[in-house]
Amino acid sequence: METATHPVEPKANYLNVDYTVKSWLLTTDHKRIALLFLGSITLFFFIGGFFAMLIRLNLLTPAGDLVLADTYNKLFTMHGIVMIFLFLIPSVPAVFGNFVLPMMIGAKDLAFPRLNLASWYIFMLGASFVLYAILTGGMDTGWTFYTPYATTYSNTNVITAALGVFIIGFSSIFTGLNFIVTVHRMRAPGMTWGRLPLFIWAHYATSVIMVLGTPVLAITLVLVALERAFHIGIFDARLGGDPLLFQHLFWFYSHPAVYIMILPSMGVISEVVACFARKRPFGYEFIAMSSVAIAVLGFLVWAHHMFVAGISIYAALIFSLLSFFVAIPSAVKVFNWTATLYKGSITLDTPMLYVFAFIGLFTIGGLTGLFLAAVGLDLHVHDTYFVVAHFHYIMVGGAVTGFLCALHFWWPKMTGKMYPESFARLSAVLVFLGFNLTFFPQFLLGYLGMPRRYHAYPPEFQVLNVLSTAGASILAVGFLLPMIYFVWSLQYGKDAGPNPFRAAGLEWMTPSPPPTFNFDETPVVTWEAYNYDEIDAPKKGVEVAG
Amino acid sequence: MWPNLPLFPARASSMAGHVDALYFALVAITAFFTILISALILYFALRYRKSRSPLATQVHGSTALELLWTAIPLGIVMIIFVWSSVIFFIQTRPPAGAMEIYVVGKQWMWKFQHTEGQREINELHVPAGRDVRMIMTSQDVIHSFYVPAFRIKADVLPGRYTSTWFHATEPGRYHLFCAQYCGTQHSGMIGEVVVMDPTQYDRWASGAVDGSLASAGEKSFQQYGCSMCHRADMAGRGPNLIGLFGRQVLLDDGRTITADESYVRESILNPGAKIVSGFKNIMPTFQGQLSEEEVIGLVAYVKALGNGSAGLPIPVSDPNSFNYPVAPKPETSAAKSDLPATPPAKAKPAKPAAKQ
Repeated sequence: METATHPVEPKANYLNVDYTVKSWLLTTDHKRIALLFLGSITLFFFIGGFFAMLIRLNLLTPAGDLVLADTYNKLFTMHGIVMIFLFLIPSVPAVFGNFVLPMMIGAKDLAFPRLNLASWYIFMLGASFVLYAILTGGMDTGWTFYTPYATTYSNTNVITAALGVFIIGFSSIFTGLNFIVTVHRMRAPGMTWGRLPLFIWAHYATSVIMVLGTPVLAITLVLVALERAFHIGIFDARLGGDPLLFQHLFWFYSHPAVYIMILPSMGVISEVVACFARKRPFGYEFIAMSSVAIAVLGFLVWAHHMFVAGISIYAALIFSLLSFFVAIPSAVKVFNWTATLYKGSITLDTPMLYVFAFIGLFTIGGLTGLFLAAVGLDLHVHDTYFVVAHFHYIMVGGAVTGFLCALHFWWPKMTGKMYPESFARLSAVLVFLGFNLTFFPQFLLGYLGMPRRYHAYPPEFQVLNVLSTAGASILAVGFLLPMIYFVWSLQYGKDAGPNPFRAAGLEWMTPSPPPTFNFDETPVVTWEAYNYDEIDAPKKGVEVAG
Repeated sequence: MWPNLPLFPARASSMAGHVDALYFALVAITAFFTILISALILYFALRYRKSRSPLATQVHGSTALELLWTAIPLGIVMIIFVWSSVIFFIQTRPPAGAMEIYVVGKQWMWKFQHTEGQREINELHVPAGRDVRMIMTSQDVIHSFYVPAFRIKADVLPGRYTSTWFHATEPGRYHLFCAQYCGTQHSGMIGEVVVMDPTQYDRWASGAVDGSLASAGEKSFQQYGCSMCHRADMAGRGPNLIGLFGRQVLLDDGRTITADESYVRESILNPGAKIVSGFKNIMPTFQGQLSEEEVIGLVAYVKALGNGSAGLPIPVSDPNSFNYPVAPKPETSAAKSDLPATPPAKAKPAKPAAKQ
């Protein structure tokens, strides 16, 4: 049962091995690359959040008094592009997948360390194009680049932004490829597929989507650029093209992309709920397989974004049916997480608070998805604030909450320091309350009929919009607070020790911060995943480091 | 400061009740499961908190439970699927005999044309208690015709016709929104649907000054020289259009299609796409030469030439004449003077390239 080593205090670790800038910029250590990603996407998150704040402030008044219509259109476009391509898509995989995935399976690094570093450079190159497009006037197509508006009518930096997103796609593909090969080839002896943490299963499924879906987005953006630059008739009806073709191609990637954003967070939740309930997750196989099912079904539902776009009645019905199917594996996950709490030994540390927030918000987000899959009802709520509320419950309530959960769970492992627990709990509560106040009123606005992407609106929608803006301010505090106490903890935080939460999993059996090659010797796994019974057993069983 | 705080939209169409019923059912399902999950989480978090439950009891899973919570949601969503599909069929299949209104969306306004001839911008008058079908196209980017009080929405695309329909029930004024982002003044591309008492509406509609939509189309039909080839006496180089609309048309590639609005539109703008069996591909394209309004007028005219069941050629411009208005003889001098001015029908074959 003994694995790895049990050093008292790490002397050399991946952080203190070298302090030079060069050692960071040329590192091939997956843990350092994870931190490079963490720094970059945190910056982008706050840029995207700044745009969101301006949007909410503008919507305080029906006339949209804060900014001009053109500026508003650029704000929601830039908010969408930055949050989706520069934050959500890389978020959990590029940071926590990068950091803990190799450690979880007992590997020294990812299969292709240099490809991993290239992935960050490519991401930053693409991000630079997007930022350049923003700084030189922005873009106003919506993050969806719908044609023929994006190809013929918009006067903004569409090609630059599309090029940026195109480049970022390669980063995503490389990360996905790296994860797939690593999981297949780099597992420690005894780490069978049935013993893989659910975080790994979720990332494996995500990686498959990244590798298969992203090229389609790349192709689509190239076609947009070609039509815009050279007037080749592909999507513009006046040039003989078909605007619906664009939507099919775009959503073929961008619906599965929703699962790229949410599946990794689901993996986080499975880890954390087990740790703070001190239990193996209920129905391990079903949670694992539901990740795979979501990845597969996710490719078959794209046209539910097009129910009102003029597709045929029967196409709409088929896609409606398939969209209902994809609800099932998500429901299975929620029930299994909840059942994991049954007969557990539960503590409410900050990561666990985020788990509760995630389950609650994701449940609402998922169930409101049924409203949109129901094609007869979708005709009313499509392109209204109902949709905005729904996907923010998934993307912020789900994906971002999962990201924060992961950050609080693995921060001690990454830095060796503890954050102040009381502030962390406060911020979790603020995020939960602020989030609901921001987005719940938007469901009501949507059913009332307020269309999305409106710079100004009829006065009867004002009260709900003011509530939403008030919530956004609370949410902003909830997001800024962790910035402060995480940075504070680097200097003043208590030492975490190898395993402050007494969690199961190989990543906790090595010092915090871990040494450059993670383990002093390759661990041999002889136990099942989530062996909390052995960890918590009063006498016999595994002795947990620390 | 706060005018009011509505939490539910007005119901003003026959569709609203169907959609709202499904909405309430889904709200109930959502509330039930959200409360169930939240209550379980809170109960477990208290009941099994560490101080009361110092050591967890490992429960690895239960296939029976997994099947149960797969099957129950599956059953629920299948019921919802069937229910919503039934509503969708109603929404997408306009009843026969619905009155028709043509819509052209452009950045950033809605243009409406009633068959009686009334034209409107950003305000749409419709009668209560009648089925109204909207035939829509866009002059530029994609727009979306959305009337929340009717619970309907349909995208309006360039280069094709889409349609939706409603049956307004309550006279009043209702929001009309563009729901598909279309550029700077997207949020300004709004208007009002004015639902009127049917008799009031008839009075309003008959006040058109320019004559009917079909008569406007007839003028274009003459002006652009269509009448030179599409002759009533079957001797023209193009197919006779009398009685065409709504009929099955045999194409030269063996397919049979129904002559609907989209087909007529396509045949004007891209005549080579579907060639009627027995005719040659000689018609020039009118792409770029006709505005969407003119195309709509022509479509309405072709429609008025008979929908196949009427049989008789209906001279829409002149109710006193029973002659199909293409023959040179009964032509007014105005129409005659048009003909020499528009020789394109013959001279055209050289011209289509000008489009690019």
